[in-house]
Amino acid sequence: MSIVTVQLGQCGNQVGQELFEVISNDANDTQRKVYSECSSERFFNETANRELVARSVLIDMEPKVISQSIAKTGKSGKWRYGDRSHFSQKQGSGNNWANGYCVHGPRHEEVVMDIVRREVEHCDCLAGIVAMMSVAGGTGSGVGTYVTQCLRDTYPNSFILNHLTWPYGTGEVIVQNYNSVLTLSHLYQLSDAILVHENDTVHKICAQLMNIKHISFRDVNKVIAHQLGSVLQPALTGDSHGIYNRNPIGQLMSSLVCHPEYKLLSVCNIPQVSSSSMAYSMFTWPGLLKHLRQMLIANSKMEEGIDWQVRAPSLQPEGTERTGSHRRPGFNTSLANLLILRGKDVNDAEISGFQHPSLYTPWLPADEAFSMWKTPVPFNKYEKSAILVSNSQTLLRPLDNMVGKAWNMFASRAYIHQYTKFGISEEDFLDSFTSLEQVISSYSQL
Amino acid sequence: MTQSVVVQVGQCGNQVGCRFWDLALREHSHVNKKGIYDEALSSFFRNVDSRLMSSLQAVLVDMEEGVVNEILQGPLRELFDSTQLITDVSGSGNNWAVGHWTYGSAYREQIVDQLRRAAEHCDCLQCFFLIHSMGGGTGSGLGTCVLKLLEEEFPEVCRIVTSVYPSAEDDVVTSPYNSVLAMRELTEHADCVLPVENQSLVDIVNKIKHMSHSGKPGSVIKKDSAIISGQGGVSGAEKPFDAMNNIVANLLLNITSSARFEGSLNMDLNEIAMNLVPFPRLHYLVPSLTPLYTLADVNIPTRRLDQMFTDAFSKDHQLIRADPKHSLYLACALMVRGNVQVSDLRRNIERLKPMLPFVSWNQEGWKTGLCSVPPVGHSHSLLALANNTCVKSTFMELRDRFTKLYRKKAHMHHYLHVDGMEQGCFTEAISSLSSLIEEYSQLDATKDRPMPDAARLNIAT
Repeated sequence: MSIVTVQLGQCGNQVGQELFEVISNDANDTQRKVYSECSSERFFNETANRELVARSVLIDMEPKVISQSIAKTGKSGKWRYGDRSHFSQKQGSGNNWANGYCVHGPRHEEVVMDIVRREVEHCDCLAGIVAMMSVAGGTGSGVGTYVTQCLRDTYPNSFILNHLTWPYGTGEVIVQNYNSVLTLSHLYQLSDAILVHENDTVHKICAQLMNIKHISFRDVNKVIAHQLGSVLQPALTGDSHGIYNRNPIGQLMSSLVCHPEYKLLSVCNIPQVSSSSMAYSMFTWPGLLKHLRQMLIANSKMEEGIDWQVRAPSLQPEGTERTGSHRRPGFNTSLANLLILRGKDVNDAEISGFQHPSLYTPWLPADEAFSMWKTPVPFNKYEKSAILVSNSQTLLRPLDNMVGKAWNMFASRAYIHQYTKFGISEEDFLDSFTSLEQVISSYSQL
Repeated sequence: MTQSVVVQVGQCGNQVGCRFWDLALREHSHVNKKGIYDEALSSFFRNVDSRLMSSLQAVLVDMEEGVVNEILQGPLRELFDSTQLITDVSGSGNNWAVGHWTYGSAYREQIVDQLRRAAEHCDCLQCFFLIHSMGGGTGSGLGTCVLKLLEEEFPEVCRIVTSVYPSAEDDVVTSPYNSVLAMRELTEHADCVLPVENQSLVDIVNKIKHMSHSGKPGSVIKKDSAIISGQGGVSGAEKPFDAMNNIVANLLLNITSSARFEGSLNMDLNEIAMNLVPFPRLHYLVPSLTPLYTLADVNIPTRRLDQMFTDAFSKDHQLIRADPKHSLYLACALMVRGNVQVSDLRRNIERLKPMLPFVSWNQEGWKTGLCSVPPVGHSHSLLALANNTCVKSTFMELRDRFTKLYRKKAHMHHYLHVDGMEQGCFTEAISSLSSLIEEYSQLDATKDRPMPDAARLNIAT
């Protein structure tokens, strides 16, 4: 089964390109034929001349990024983008969500959906659609939201996963919080699940774990691609009997998104080291899993700087109802977790630490809350990788900050005229704020 | 790549405009030594018969022929097609009403035609740049009439106006009238205004001349590097006002650099308006440019880069006389050119933030752009555009000068004689200016008051 990705805006296209690089390198690298073939089938279309063409649609409202991507991949010889799989305009969206959603989106709907349709038709069987975009600018966020809506209307029975990149908290675009609020509130209705990477977090990984001195967006994008690739590459589920999972997105959804109010997913992938230290690093499953579990409950995104003081609350005695009093400060409660293990001796890994009910919210039985996939094939040159895709309170604080800042700005109605002139009213803003406050409230009460 | 059209109106507008074309050509030929037509050039220059010296996307308007004739006889004549020039003979007599109403209606069709032609030559028209002065008759009156036309004919295209404001000792007695009448149009019809005060330009020029003559060791200014210098450009010897006009031309060069050259963080012109204008009428941005010159002593270490950021926020580098540090910042944009990384940018913003008072709802109100090509003669440069309440003081001074004349009804008959002009125009203009000042004042009042976060919506659980 195949996945079609839709890359939207500058960020979506840049991250998307790195993602296909990672996947192609990973699949080529391995000596496991079955894994390679499964990965190829999932992400690439093989043409008559044995070329690998990415199952991807590239959309942007200005041409520079897409042209650079196509040129670069054309040269590499390992894979390329389809000749007619891209669409760009000249103007850009001016960092304005309303311009993207109300003007560019509808204007180019037909052309864009045609390209998507063609890509979907190339798939023998569609596993799902992954839309990649940022939330701070105008195209990824605004056009991206509109396109997601079109995808939902055109493919009502397919799984749609939105991968979002959240901007640096200290600001790249002044109106980024407005654009983010509008995007998230709409996607919550349209998307099946929303997988988030934050620039701030990934930046820290680059600085502290990978020791990169002058961090560029390219470094950040490579880390995001590595993490996203490690989730989407083939794996074996508990009951798949040695055959790689044919429905990865569907399984991801059913493992993690059991309630429509809870759709925000985050990813942790360890270990993450600089390529120069890789040769000297030795990792064991117990070590990795211990760190990963603490990262989950203490809400840390990296193996360094974990707060080991945070402990899981003790369980109430049998028979009594677990109430909110079991929540401790600093403790990250999960709704559901998916653990993916890739690499050597994967069957020896002891994962019971992730199954304990104290990690999870009381209203979901712990055995439904935890799932695991694994494969003995190592991922992207790491002998062992442990990946945790988590539906938990991790994103609560960043989301709350984002909404708070946007609300403060909205209270003075600053910049609102820039949105109303394209058709987004104050009412629309209020609706978006209300939706997100609801999401914040739901996650707070886990 | 997107294109822009430059519309230069009146004597000042055309003189500044010409300095701009001159310097732009110098910049592009410097970058493009082989003289091959490239993408960046297309940003302004239309390709006619694949010649390098192609026609420019410009419209030149003046109601007396002196300046435009000089252009047609000068070395830039190759660049302009005679249809791009709209002229008359007698000028506007420093009378806004004549420029706006008389010439405005007489030349309306011709102007609209010419604008349409320029727009049609653009693959993708993103912005109109209007250059004019406020104190005279043509630039001020006809210029603002053109602004209205641009809004009517091309409502979706951004309008950025560079306006040169007269100094208090301006020799045109009626300049306060002309300026205030023009202000109303700018407030209503422009997307962004970059006000420039003649006095600031004079101060900067004097400072540079002083530096180059002082002969202090280690302070010799590199040839060609002063932004007042037009050396190496197409036109010949420098004329008076050239130095001042060069500064304004450099302002335009920097603001358009992202559209003309590549960079790791592009800042489109429509993004400038989007991020810097939180309320429609408050669109006056304080420009400041650095460096103003480069010292020849190359042994000075690269502390210069951080110094550049500090300078951008010093009063010596501003193009209007105002005090942003003691007023309130609503938003600020930094356009950096040259070999500067994102990390340098972020580091300097962190360093400067504590000294700059930002409005409570926009504490992180910075918009940034990185263009990899520096200006000629420099390794890097920085243009800061600040939406700051300090412009209020410039406007209040203007209002005072206006009131002094208006109270005595001095010279008003010259205006009221003009068809289309009435007493009401004056009262509306001054009232528009007053309410603009009031809007800035209200924001100022929030400055030292600690603002609590707005109460969040309460969700029923």
